[in-house]
Amino acid sequence: MAMIEVSDLHVVFGTSVHAVRGVSFEVAEGESYGIVGESGSGKSTVLRAICGLAPTSSGAVRYDGAALKSPRQADFYRRVQMVFQDPYASLHPRHTIDRVLSEPLAIHGFTDRERRIEQALEDVGLGKGFRFRYPHQLSGGQRQRVAIARALILEPRVLLLDEPTSALDASIQAEVLNLLDRIRTERGLTYILVSHDLAVVAHMCERLLVMQHGKAVEELTRARLQAREATQPYTRDLLLASEGYRPLQDA
Amino acid sequence: MSLLEVEDLRISFPTRQGPVEVVRGVTFSLGRERLGIVGESGSGKSQTGRAILGLTPPPGKATAKRLEFDGIDLRDASAARWRSLRGIRLSMVMQDPKFSLNPVMTIGRQLIEAARRTSSRSESKDRAMAMLEAVQIRDPARVFKAYPHELSGGMGQRAMIAMMLITEPDLLIADEPTSALDVTVQIEVLRILDRLVNERGMGLIFISHDLRLVSSFCDRVLVMYAGQVVEEVKASELKQAQHPYTQGLYNCLPRIEGGQRPLPVLQREAGWAV
Amino acid sequence: MTRREWLLSDYPQSRRQARAGQSYRTWLALKSNRLAMVGLWIVLALVAMAIFAPLIAPYDPLIGGDLRLDRLQPPSWEHLMGTDDLARDIFSRVMHGARLTLMVVALVAVIATPIGLTIGTTAGYLGGWVDVVLMRVTDIFLAFPRLILALAFVSALGPGIENAIIAIALTSWPPYARLARAETLTIRDSDFINAARLQGASRLRILWGHVTPLCLSSVIVRVTLDMAGIILTAAGLGFLGLGAQPPQPEWGAMIAGGRRFIIDYWWVATMPGIAIFVVSLGFNLLGDGLRDVLDPKAVK
Repeated sequence: MAMIEVSDLHVVFGTSVHAVRGVSFEVAEGESYGIVGESGSGKSTVLRAICGLAPTSSGAVRYDGAALKSPRQADFYRRVQMVFQDPYASLHPRHTIDRVLSEPLAIHGFTDRERRIEQALEDVGLGKGFRFRYPHQLSGGQRQRVAIARALILEPRVLLLDEPTSALDASIQAEVLNLLDRIRTERGLTYILVSHDLAVVAHMCERLLVMQHGKAVEELTRARLQAREATQPYTRDLLLASEGYRPLQDA
Repeated sequence: MSLLEVEDLRISFPTRQGPVEVVRGVTFSLGRERLGIVGESGSGKSQTGRAILGLTPPPGKATAKRLEFDGIDLRDASAARWRSLRGIRLSMVMQDPKFSLNPVMTIGRQLIEAARRTSSRSESKDRAMAMLEAVQIRDPARVFKAYPHELSGGMGQRAMIAMMLITEPDLLIADEPTSALDVTVQIEVLRILDRLVNERGMGLIFISHDLRLVSSFCDRVLVMYAGQVVEEVKASELKQAQHPYTQGLYNCLPRIEGGQRPLPVLQREAGWAV
Repeated sequence: MTRREWLLSDYPQSRRQARAGQSYRTWLALKSNRLAMVGLWIVLALVAMAIFAPLIAPYDPLIGGDLRLDRLQPPSWEHLMGTDDLARDIFSRVMHGARLTLMVVALVAVIATPIGLTIGTTAGYLGGWVDVVLMRVTDIFLAFPRLILALAFVSALGPGIENAIIAIALTSWPPYARLARAETLTIRDSDFINAARLQGASRLRILWGHVTPLCLSSVIVRVTLDMAGIILTAAGLGFLGLGAQPPQPEWGAMIAGGRRFIIDYWWVATMPGIAIFVVSLGFNLLGDGLRDVLDPKAVK
């Protein structure tokens, strides 16, 4: 059975901005699913609609077979967590890492907070020394590790990743991608990863959905993407563009 | 003869713990070619580009043994000298057009204002329109009358490039000119720059964090790390780069074809920054 | 390890050390601003004057000396700021007046800041009709000139320093509410607030734990800068006879008292005037310095 099922999802902001137009897909338990698109394709909005940050105008989002209500129940947040794109914007500037990590535990009434915080920092490769630092004392990669630790501390089953590495340098991106990969294998998590970078999605996900102008263009498996077996012209354009610059032969 | 000569460029910023050098002895020369400067954030690549135009933000200080553009010493250039160079013979394209275009003036007026510096009033308008066409804007008349906020990111960046190129500069410094753009638009913008180098013989310094893009676009690449140039390679030979930093930077990128899992991680060595 | 190293450590070992370190960094930044330090010293001097007024003041502030010999004496070593028309020592009255001024300042800050902050952040974060209602109420308060509204309050409640304080407090919160709302709007949709929502944090928790601390610093700066205006309003009410009542040594009322003989006996009105000027300036300098340190948007 599908862990997350999105069927004919529409998201309309205000009265006129139709950001997502009828997107459907299913993600099985333990799978890593990618959504690729350029700015304005609605890829991030799909992610936000799943977790309730964007309004669902019509269609449905199901978790473990049950349709989700809006607003989401507290229980949902223990199962599904999100990592945001910009590590500089997703941590409260006046909260120490300790506070960032202990807050979700306090909200959901966990008792052994000390142990869990230390464990979470250990899991993302930061160690105890970082516990009482402020975000401005950390680098971009370290902040993103804290954001991942925050998402993991409630032990969710699904992680929504919104361009988790696009604000990071290439070498740091590799470290964070490896971390995410390792955590998924260790814990059997389900990922939905949104990115504009085909290479990142191809590396991280078994299946992917290409989106443009709020609509799904096509769904591909990793193997078919690697074999360049895209059927839609837009996907082919993306594939071509991701190879870098190529001078025009003879215009 | 080369267009730009930079020798031992150093840029330092004062801090509470004393001055910190962010660029430490960069030397290169540029002909009428596409030179890429690649590095991660904090490598000093952007500061290098700014220093060439004399735009080091205060309280930073830039010094060099030699900083010559077309035989003109830029080190102690007067304000009047800079006015006659900047935007006319030397131009710069920044990452985000939103911060570089005047939000309360139409694109057309800004273009004409730039064009007026080298040509007469009557010519300016024609040149502005011609320039918009040259950067592949499909409906130049509409863009001419539009305000910056009415344009998409790609259009805004093209308008910005049009403005920087309307005076037909000899040297263009492009600081991450396509990083804010979608990949498909990015290629089109690069095409425009490419044509200008080929047709007008302009010199281009292309500053970017994207090793793959730079290696496919430029002729030559300087790789910067911790304020120094660690390696200079021909773009086509980047895969055979010698320096472990360049290799690490190249290898840690994920590939569509798949490859190593986990990705090889860049192991920094203290020796590189000395 | 010295205390300084402990405070500036990049690897604090406890919550307390992290917080102390953060405060110490703010203090270091403030300390490097010389004008702000001047302001801080003036404000501290005001506090010291208020606390130790009975010890510093050489004479009783309310009971004057011999009306035949000691009236309207010019400044001398005996009476540093001269005496007034009831033969009271002006220096002693100014010292004791600091208590009243400090009380006004402290009470207004304690009353107005929380009101403005709560209304502003609530309106900004919740939006919708809550925002409309709260902001229209704020607009109504803003539409009256502060002194006039304070006058109306005082005439309704009766003259006296307590009523003047209440009146000033009730008229000074609207700008803070406006400011807090504007700040809230900019942080309401930021990712760290979204992240808190996704952890299941309640609205109250987000408002108090996440939004308010970020609005607090700019509101504190604004309140500090407004202190000069509040002191002047209090003095103005005193001057008009609606604030502190005689014989209380309120600076505004003292100026009003000295107004009649300002040509012949200039010091009677001037001395409390200088006190108002210096204290107002002190708060302004301190506020400017605090803005540089606390307001993240200010350009360094």
